[in-house]
Amino acid sequence: MTTQTELSDRMFRRTGGVDRQQGLGAITRITKMAFRYPGRAILAMVATIAAVAMQLSIPVLLGRAVDLTQAIAAEAADPGPLITVALTLLGVSVLRGLFTLAQNYSAESVGHALARDLRGAIYDKIQRLPFSFHDRTHSGDLITVGMLDLEGVRMYFSTALVRTVLLALLIGFGAWQLISTDPLMGVLALSFVPFAAWRSSVMQLTLRRTWLVLQEKLGVLSQVMEENLAGIRVVRAFAAANHEMDKFDRASKMALDLSHERVDVRVKSTSAMTLAFFTAMGLVLLVGGRRVAAGEITVGTLAEFLTFMTILQMPVRQLGLMVNAYARASTCGARLFLLLDMPVEIDDAPDAKPLEITEGTLKLENVGFAYPGTGEQKAVAGIGFEARRGETIGIVGPPGSGKTTLMHLIPRYYDASDGAISIDGQDIREVTLSSVRQAVAVVQQDSFLFTTSIENNIAYAHPRTDARRIRGVSESAQLHDYVLGLPRQYSTIVGERGVSLSGGQRQRLSIARTLMMEPAVLIFDDSTAAIDAGTESRIRAALRKYASSRVTLIVAHRLASLMHADRIVFLENGRIVEQGNHEELLALGGRYKALHDLQMRPDGDVLDEMEDAR
Amino acid sequence: MSPTRAGEPRDPHDDGRPRLRAVVGSDRIEEEIFGRAFDGKVVRRIWAFVEPYRRQVMIAVAAVITFTLAQLTIPLLIRYAIDHGMAPDADPRILSGIVAIFAVVIAVNYVASRVQEGVTGRMAENVLFDIRRKMFAHLQRVSLSFMDKTEVGRLMSRLQGDVNSMQEFLETSVLSVGDVMLLVGIVGVMLWLDWQLALLVLAVMPILFGVRVLWIAKARAAFMAAHEANSITNGALAEAIHGVRAVQAMDRAALNAELYGELVDRNYEAHLRASRLAQIMVPIVDSLTGIAMAVVVVAGGQMVVSGRIDVGVMVAFLFYIQRFFDPIRSLTMQYSVMQRAMASGHRLTEVLDVEVSVEDAPDAVPLGPDDDGSVEFRDVTFGYNPKHPVLKDVSFKVNSGETVALVGPTGSGKSSSMALVHRFYDVQDGAVLVGGKDVRTVTQESLGRHIAMVLQEPYLFTGTVMENIRYSSHWASDEEVVEAAKAVGAHSFIEVLPQGYETMLEERGGNLSLGQRQLLSFARALVADAKILVLDEATANIDSYTEMLIQKALRRLLEGRTGLVIAHRLATIRNADRIVVLQQGRLIEEGNHDALIAKNGLYSKLYNLNYASFDDIPEELTEADREVAT
Ligand SMILES: Nc1ncnc2c1ncn2[C@@H]1O[C@H](COP(=O)(O)OP(=O)(O)OP(=O)(O)O)[C@@H](O)[C@H]1O
Ligand SMILES: Nc1ncnc2c1ncn2[C@@H]1O[C@H](COP(=O)(O)OP(=O)(O)OP(=O)(O)O)[C@@H](O)[C@H]1O
Ligand SMILES: [Mg+2]
Ligand SMILES: [Mg+2]
Repeated sequence: MTTQTELSDRMFRRTGGVDRQQGLGAITRITKMAFRYPGRAILAMVATIAAVAMQLSIPVLLGRAVDLTQAIAAEAADPGPLITVALTLLGVSVLRGLFTLAQNYSAESVGHALARDLRGAIYDKIQRLPFSFHDRTHSGDLITVGMLDLEGVRMYFSTALVRTVLLALLIGFGAWQLISTDPLMGVLALSFVPFAAWRSSVMQLTLRRTWLVLQEKLGVLSQVMEENLAGIRVVRAFAAANHEMDKFDRASKMALDLSHERVDVRVKSTSAMTLAFFTAMGLVLLVGGRRVAAGEITVGTLAEFLTFMTILQMPVRQLGLMVNAYARASTCGARLFLLLDMPVEIDDAPDAKPLEITEGTLKLENVGFAYPGTGEQKAVAGIGFEARRGETIGIVGPPGSGKTTLMHLIPRYYDASDGAISIDGQDIREVTLSSVRQAVAVVQQDSFLFTTSIENNIAYAHPRTDARRIRGVSESAQLHDYVLGLPRQYSTIVGERGVSLSGGQRQRLSIARTLMMEPAVLIFDDSTAAIDAGTESRIRAALRKYASSRVTLIVAHRLASLMHADRIVFLENGRIVEQGNHEELLALGGRYKALHDLQMRPDGDVLDEMEDAR
Repeated sequence: MSPTRAGEPRDPHDDGRPRLRAVVGSDRIEEEIFGRAFDGKVVRRIWAFVEPYRRQVMIAVAAVITFTLAQLTIPLLIRYAIDHGMAPDADPRILSGIVAIFAVVIAVNYVASRVQEGVTGRMAENVLFDIRRKMFAHLQRVSLSFMDKTEVGRLMSRLQGDVNSMQEFLETSVLSVGDVMLLVGIVGVMLWLDWQLALLVLAVMPILFGVRVLWIAKARAAFMAAHEANSITNGALAEAIHGVRAVQAMDRAALNAELYGELVDRNYEAHLRASRLAQIMVPIVDSLTGIAMAVVVVAGGQMVVSGRIDVGVMVAFLFYIQRFFDPIRSLTMQYSVMQRAMASGHRLTEVLDVEVSVEDAPDAVPLGPDDDGSVEFRDVTFGYNPKHPVLKDVSFKVNSGETVALVGPTGSGKSSSMALVHRFYDVQDGAVLVGGKDVRTVTQESLGRHIAMVLQEPYLFTGTVMENIRYSSHWASDEEVVEAAKAVGAHSFIEVLPQGYETMLEERGGNLSLGQRQLLSFARALVADAKILVLDEATANIDSYTEMLIQKALRRLLEGRTGLVIAHRLATIRNADRIVVLQQGRLIEEGNHDALIAKNGLYSKLYNLNYASFDDIPEELTEADREVAT
């Protein structure tokens, strides 16, 4: 459990950040992944080489053309070769275009293919990482990984890698070609390269460092915005718009300052590089001009050098982009891989078989659990009970006594740290996770509805069910009559988290979708709190037909909801303090009885009596 | 039944089995495709955000012009150097002079490009933050009915994705200005150098424009489709993240991954198509460059031979052609940026234009400490959809200092009434009065300070326990916060948290139990120290013992304050001064506990149910309640 916690902390709490090593590792890994599409990746590379070759022959051809023209002018020679050069120039340009097309397209398609794979992997991973991971990870951070980081990785191949290869080849072959034409001028023409290389690596380091910080600041900003919008009712209820604007401005300013800094770094470096480039060009012009005048080289050669430099101008200007793409890919990649490599701690055991339900008996033995990061403090401890098919167990206890925690251990939302939970003698950790999840269904205390129709929400667990069954469970949950009153009935779209429903309607919808699962163990976690007693009693009556064929666990604060349970467990501080049926517990005269008196005695101030009793 | 849309599987699952009622991602149709690259209205709206930076824009444009001029000068300098500085008999000072000018030009070029990029970069960032701030501020004011029907994820993508594409647009649009300038400048210089050769070279332009017109028609749709596909996949991802617990609980991970896989595949196809279309222009532009160069070589060569032009002019032409197509190429690339920006701009203005239907009246007065805490409903009729009222003709009055309870079956309109007290929505008919004033005549800010509310759904923010309880009540000291926590019985559990009051709460308070979250949101309302306290099921998830403790503490805290309490557990409310019973949006009974019990109406039925065992519920009661509850 600790490893998971630490990892998620490292990833999103930025206690450590992503170090250099990881950044480099990420780059290597992305590169390797890109070559999983060897056809396209190699095509991109080959096309790049071919495009460079075409690109480089253009200055040579232009130089030839200038020399030929001068020669023809001087000696009134045959203009035929000039036409040949012109046609070659045309051919080379067309080829350059085609190769560049091939290069860009295959590079981008590698990026998109990579993105497709990664999207699937991220989605799958996020869906399978256990509750404990999601408890500690802000949804906004995960969205950032799935959208921005993914984009950073996607761009890497086309914007960083292929362009680097392109520039390196251009400079490499160009250097060879130029230096072999004229060593001195070749050296002059390329004199800006070491400077540019140095500047860009400096820039790369700064950008990478600040990219991480910027992501963090933007993360804070988006968290402020997201929570504001999600909690807009609270914001309105407290007339807290100013408070929220302050929060926003603070977060925003931090991000803005850093963005400015980044712009400055980028601009400083790129313009310095451009300056160096033009300085080299000036030198070529000066020295070249002198040598033309001295008759050592031709105008054509000079023109060749200068055109070559013009060709370099664009890629040099784009160095900034390239460097940024590296910086981004390494930090984004490192985070993304951290997520993908995160161990899924609640998963199928190596040779797990599906759970086989025979008797339908649920058994808890000495179960204990502590949330990660809360030290040794156990949320539940030493819990044991057994329930057979048809039985109903009620669970009561003050807030924070561990009721929800205990209920979440049964379907393996979390794994118990002590003791064992079994269904029909099979430890739930030894059978497949999916079969456990289908056998144990929980109506959650805090339920999430999907933005889709009521019908799709009810059918969520069994999307292939038919309208009759949807209607059946909806009737049992006392939702049907309400739905019939809606203009679009079961096709009505419920808003995000069901805001357009009343509290009780939302709870009934979530009861209905859970009934759909027909589980062996059915758990109601305080799921009728927002439902009036009348409706609740009808739900309970309707549920009687479900209860006979399964184990039912009911967590409730309203004792009427559970006093007919076969057994009632009273939890306090994560431990069972009383257990028995309604009559037994009343006879015991302890906490349950006190609670009962409090709720059942219509008048009088029971409070003082109770305080005496404790 | 459910609306079909682009994102719904074409049903590869159609294998004779029952229809698959499953989609991932929002079931709502994304906005219509909006593919223009230029929309005057949008540009005007965005310009309003750029306006404050007029000076910077001017500087940037001036810098761009300087930069472009420098770029134009370089080939000319080379030309002069070749024609006048390199002849065997030339004065060597001419070359040095030209190189000196060259040095000046590149220095100017350096300064101009630095200024231009720096200024535009910063300005674009500023504008981005301004737009975002304006939108965020606007969302603080728009009516809740808009917020109810708009997903948070969608708004977030406006605040982030769309704002970012505006930024990209601003940065590139300054560059585009430079590109256009360069294009015009090059044409001008070429014409000036030799108009005949220039016209020959420019003969390729009509072809280019023709191709572009054809291309844009196709590219537009493809680029938008790719953009669209991205927002669909991202929406589905966001859903998976927010709903992950429900997905796991209902064992849908495998099916969802499959459905998502289909979205991702479609997204991939859309992007490949867009990328093909974007790249197809490359060989076309390159071929045209080739043609132009060939023309210069052949025709220009001829002219040099015939002595019409110097060889330097020919070299300059070749340089210009190289540079000429660069801006064309980047303008082509910028097309998709522009188009995306227009679509984003369109969506941004949509958000900015959301009507603020609940707004302070021009002559609104603040509710002050002198106004009392009375609440009155006068013949209130209200519906989220005006055609289907959820409150019908409701009238009741809560005097200052009284505690009144609202009860009624689920969906009867209790929470809605509380929303009206706070003017989350405006009534369709009648009036809601607070402190004796119609809520529409007072400022919302002061109304908010007059009322403190515990909402039915506890919502906590990421932050410490202390920050959460204090929330916007900056004036409250730490002691007052602790005091409030003690009053609601939260102090004891806060104390044992790892860092006590400084413990960080996770998203929505996820590391607390629901009851604990409810207690914190209760404490938050107490700290706000308002005249009126509204409790919407504030203790629904809390056991009766804790609740009793709270009530005892509240008795002191509520002294002199008005209380409006909603509860299903009738034990919670029997001590209220008066009880209002709602049913299907109508007020059907009103009075204190004893009076209502005596009346033997809905209240007494509901009340008795709390004790009755459901095995003994008389059949006629369940029947009678059936219409009540729905
Ligand atoms: N934001 C909304 N948009 C549209 N309809 C809504 C919205 N909120 C509530 N409703 C509808 O208005 C009606 C009254 O809802 P309200 O939340 O006031 O009920 P309630 O009495 O508080 O119920 P409960 O006890 O279940 O919380 C319900 O039918 C509900 O579906
Ligand atoms: N995700 C979590 N991380 C850390 N601690 C948690 C987490 N969830 C709950 N806790 C703590 O564990 C304890 C038990 O919480 P649990 O949710 O089980 O209580 P509960 O009995 O269901 O309470 P309620 O009646 O309020 O729902 C509480 O002290 C709570 O603060
Ligand atoms: Mg709970
Ligand atoms: Mg309600």
